[in-house]
Amino acid sequence: MSEEDPVRIPYYPGCTLKTKAAGFERSAMECAKQIGFEMDELKDWNCCGASYPLTKDNLMGLAAPANILIEAEKRCHEQEADSLLITLCAFCYNTLKRTEFAFNTEPKKLETINAFLDRKYEGSIRVIHYLEYLRDVIGFDNLAKMVKTDMSKFKIAPYYGCMLLKPKKELGLDDPEDPVIMHDFLDALGCQTVDFPGQVDCCGSYLIMREPKKVSKLSYNILSEAAEYGAQALVTACPLCQTNLDQSQADSAQFSDIDEVPVLYFTQLLAIALGLNTEGHQLEDHHVDPRPVIADGLEGV
Amino acid sequence: MSDNVQDNKPIMVGDRTIPPADARYININVMGQPHEVPETLTILKAMEYAGHQFKRGCGCRGGICGACGTFYRIEGDHALKTGLACQTVVEEGMTLAQIPFFPANRAADLDLDPDTRMSASEQISTLYPEIFRCVGCGTCTRTCPMDIDVMGYIAYFKRGDIAGGAEESFDCIMCGLCVSRCPANISQMNVAMTARRIAGAKLTPKSEVTAARAEQVRSGRYEPMLAKLAAMDKDELKTLYVEREREPDLAKPGEWMPQDQTYL
Repeated sequence: MSEEDPVRIPYYPGCTLKTKAAGFERSAMECAKQIGFEMDELKDWNCCGASYPLTKDNLMGLAAPANILIEAEKRCHEQEADSLLITLCAFCYNTLKRTEFAFNTEPKKLETINAFLDRKYEGSIRVIHYLEYLRDVIGFDNLAKMVKTDMSKFKIAPYYGCMLLKPKKELGLDDPEDPVIMHDFLDALGCQTVDFPGQVDCCGSYLIMREPKKVSKLSYNILSEAAEYGAQALVTACPLCQTNLDQSQADSAQFSDIDEVPVLYFTQLLAIALGLNTEGHQLEDHHVDPRPVIADGLEGV
Repeated sequence: MSDNVQDNKPIMVGDRTIPPADARYININVMGQPHEVPETLTILKAMEYAGHQFKRGCGCRGGICGACGTFYRIEGDHALKTGLACQTVVEEGMTLAQIPFFPANRAADLDLDPDTRMSASEQISTLYPEIFRCVGCGTCTRTCPMDIDVMGYIAYFKRGDIAGGAEESFDCIMCGLCVSRCPANISQMNVAMTARRIAGAKLTPKSEVTAARAEQVRSGRYEPMLAKLAAMDKDELKTLYVEREREPDLAKPGEWMPQDQTYL
């Protein structure tokens, strides 16, 4: 790819990246530009539905993601671009990717949805997560060459959660029990990657709405374990994991015996590694301010 | 129309249907009742031709008031179609029913506090939490007789872009056909109306010109003109209306001026 003409990839943001996780989007977009590709937001998009239908015959839940895939396909045809749709939010990725899988493996479902929507999705789009793009298209070894900041003092634990990895058959991004993609990403940045068992434990997800105490407990288990293994901060790709792990630390009774652990979006860390200005990346909006840890990591290098 | 101009009779709109001289007659079905009506008529005029008198389901006759939303099917086609009765021309084999009114949730009437400290986005999601039940089926968009991307503006509201949704929904005429079809029981038109009010009050830049004009109105500047009109008898009013100066349709904006500039 030449520098004058960056590759433009159709991009689906999702609602959270326009509201609470705006810093996730902004940091990701600026990093992309630095790396040499452009995330080209779809013009008309709707909520992906946030959760993939749990019953096999509930096709209604496929309507929203199908509309998004159709928009992406339209965009790719118009611009003669590769049939990719890039996402950041783990929930959106999960919903869109599983819809892609359903249409690929069960053409009858696609036929029904097409008839219902009165639109034509040809099934050409491949949904790809930002991390996956870095790994498979850019290459982590190439990414490592673009790093401008010495990250060797950062002790960071990757936190995967569920939505990025499960179910494996449908997503196929990485091994859901022993994933490496975010480890490799952190290695490429030159961080000290902290491997800890809780990396794929559930954070409690949307239980936060009804049982915040339970979510505090789950978050505590994950964060205290990460701290025990020496992590100064966690990185994640999921806005809900980020919120749960980060905001739960306001529960001082539950968190009385450990120090605060900042939880960052992986792109916020990437921006620092690439030497970008982090203004607008909303580092200050996290409940646990990550800036002291970042300042520590950058000190004396 | 040309005849009317020749005879110098005022053109009356809507009082009587005059079918074209050699119009073919076609079969339509109004709420289960078959009728033969001349082709080229709108649904509204065809219904009047067939003997219906409108008390509801008819308003401006110009496609902008939203009173005459209509569902129809064409014989042999499964698709449910929509249109405004005053804008849609009848077709052979059309079966139709008007929806003059449809029950819709109007939470804004109950709760909207002008001095609220909530953000525009919070107001919408508090008043109309049901927007988050949208499954993105797109039925509303396919239903809209104004070709508005209804699902699109609901998507804007869901992601907190109230100004964007207000803009996207701007052509809404509140016919309610989207509301009647929504499987998530969302009253799209009322959510959008509230959003446009919030956007108008809080989000869009204020127009100084409008404020100045409002002040002129308040100052009583136009009262004598209104009083003069009110004192006229019917014939005088008619003459004034028929002989009024009209800006030519294709006049360039800002160029045309009337001969009589007394009131400018």
